[in-house]
Amino acid sequence: MTSPAQAPVTGSVRFETADDGSLRVCLGGTWDIQGAKPETAPSRIAWDTVRELHFDTVGLAGWDSRLLVFLDALCREARAAGVPVVLAGLPPGAARLLALAAAVPEHEQDPLHRPHHLARLGQWAVGLNRATQDMVGFVGEITLGLVRLATGRAQIRWRDVGAVVVSAGPDAFPIVTLISFLVGLILAFVGAIQLRMFGAEIFVADLVGIGIVREMGAIMVGVVMAGRTGAAFAAQLGTMQVNEEIDAFQTMGVSPVDFLVLPRMLGLTLMMPFLCIYANLMGNLGGLLVGVTMLDLGAMQYYIETQAAVGVNDLAVGLTLSFVYGILVSFSGCYRGIRCGRSSADVGKATTSSVVTSVVMLVISTAIITVLCDILGV
Amino acid sequence: MPAEAHITVENLTMAYGGMVVQRDLDFVIRRGDIFVVMGGSGCGKSTLLRHLIGLRAPRSGRILYGDVSFWDAPEPTRDQLLRRTGVLYQGGALWTSMSLAENVALPLREHTRLGEREIREIVSFKLALVGLRGFEDFYPSEISGGMRKRAGLARAIALDPEILFFDEPSAGLDPISARRLDELILELRDSLGATVVVVTHELASIFAIGSNAVFLDAASKTMTAYGPPAELLAHPPNPQVLDFLTRGGQTASAPA
Repeated sequence: MTSPAQAPVTGSVRFETADDGSLRVCLGGTWDIQGAKPETAPSRIAWDTVRELHFDTVGLAGWDSRLLVFLDALCREARAAGVPVVLAGLPPGAARLLALAAAVPEHEQDPLHRPHHLARLGQWAVGLNRATQDMVGFVGEITLGLVRLATGRAQIRWRDVGAVVVSAGPDAFPIVTLISFLVGLILAFVGAIQLRMFGAEIFVADLVGIGIVREMGAIMVGVVMAGRTGAAFAAQLGTMQVNEEIDAFQTMGVSPVDFLVLPRMLGLTLMMPFLCIYANLMGNLGGLLVGVTMLDLGAMQYYIETQAAVGVNDLAVGLTLSFVYGILVSFSGCYRGIRCGRSSADVGKATTSSVVTSVVMLVISTAIITVLCDILGV
Repeated sequence: MPAEAHITVENLTMAYGGMVVQRDLDFVIRRGDIFVVMGGSGCGKSTLLRHLIGLRAPRSGRILYGDVSFWDAPEPTRDQLLRRTGVLYQGGALWTSMSLAENVALPLREHTRLGEREIREIVSFKLALVGLRGFEDFYPSEISGGMRKRAGLARAIALDPEILFFDEPSAGLDPISARRLDELILELRDSLGATVVVVTHELASIFAIGSNAVFLDAASKTMTAYGPPAELLAHPPNPQVLDFLTRGGQTASAPA
């Protein structure tokens, strides 16, 4: 665009009415979006007295979009009032851009109507119903996939299962080690303070042993895997959805459930009990550390007490929980990923809701299983 | 009309790691040119574009904006130079979490001290220029691919750039939309007085809008032709260029 040689003079505008009833718009100075705001005091133009709109740019030193925006508004006002606009007086570039801007009529937007509160409640309920149906449908698809797998008709790549096993197994050891060791340590700490008052320090071993093996080990692994692996599933599948890779599977006659969902669910569900056993071990080690250093218990003594306290039924409950968590976490990751929208923002939403869904389902299932165990007396 | 040089590429060699993409590129883009970078798939057209717009540093050689060597200039100067350019990416590259108005407004908010009202007016005007007036509050996912591309163009011209870069402007567009976009590019060049650099392998576009061109050859990894497209077709300097400009020897129907 044209740039002035000297220090730019702020843009200005002056309206002159000629004898023949035409309105002359005299532009001056530099109209520059980086410069100062031009003096465009809104002048009430009585359009019905104007016969024609002319432009005079003798004093105009430089211009860019700032001038165009002003002129565009003026021209639209004039046209709306039925006043002819003569663009000839403008710099050729400006005249052409104004013509270009006016070439396509404004898109009419549907007037935004906000529905009634009651209607919105109804829409929400219908949406919830649809979402539930969709989720149940997805469970059905996975079940059918498992049936195909069992009968050897599924197009599954075992290499993918292997990759998931590695990423959800050995690769997760460091974080599981850290978390479960610290949780064991914290449990022992909290217990030690209380039990010391009764001189019952040794029962810290019972507390940590049962607490970790029966519930906390599995829960910690579940939460870690929901944030680590479940979110990764959602992000990965969501990105594939954005890139139309999942559509490509479908048109190739390859079931995305068989090819993408089953390997992830199998791999993670398979690894969860192992991670849980490992977390149990680490948690008890954390308890042992507190027992030995803070409570002056012997390591052997602590070990024997743990062995006596923790039964096979506790281990079974913990492993069952971790197995269920494996299904829930991998399910919500895959479900949110496959049902992801088409934009990068949707991938973020899918990832977030996968973690939220996982954790909510994890807590609810724990509550149900705990009540069941109580009824069954396990 | 030999206008002054706007971008000069001197002895440019581009490489990814040890793999040289193109070597010894030497050409001048003049002010007001519609300069076409052409060549087959994988010849390094887009890589050249990424070098020109400052996303990748050259292995060797210089890129001059006017008489400033881009990659030898300090960071603030480079930012200053880039602010005077606009880029239309292949898919539009609109930020999907923002409405069209927010997309176009972002450069204005970042780089000018305009008030909210003025920004809104400029945004509407830019969208009007690309035929999208009234689509301010739409999100990129709610409009078609061609509209996304035009909205991307509105964002590219938000700051009235002196140089406009286009990466495959007609890719993914139907012939009519592609021609309209070509016309829009011409119109913007003429009225904004901008220099335009287009990376494309669309023959129709090349002949319709290109005022000068460079041909990158994938096999010899360098430029093998340089000149106005119509002239290159009339006097092809080598068989590859002729092949390319005639779609592999088909009887050419080149609309000039």
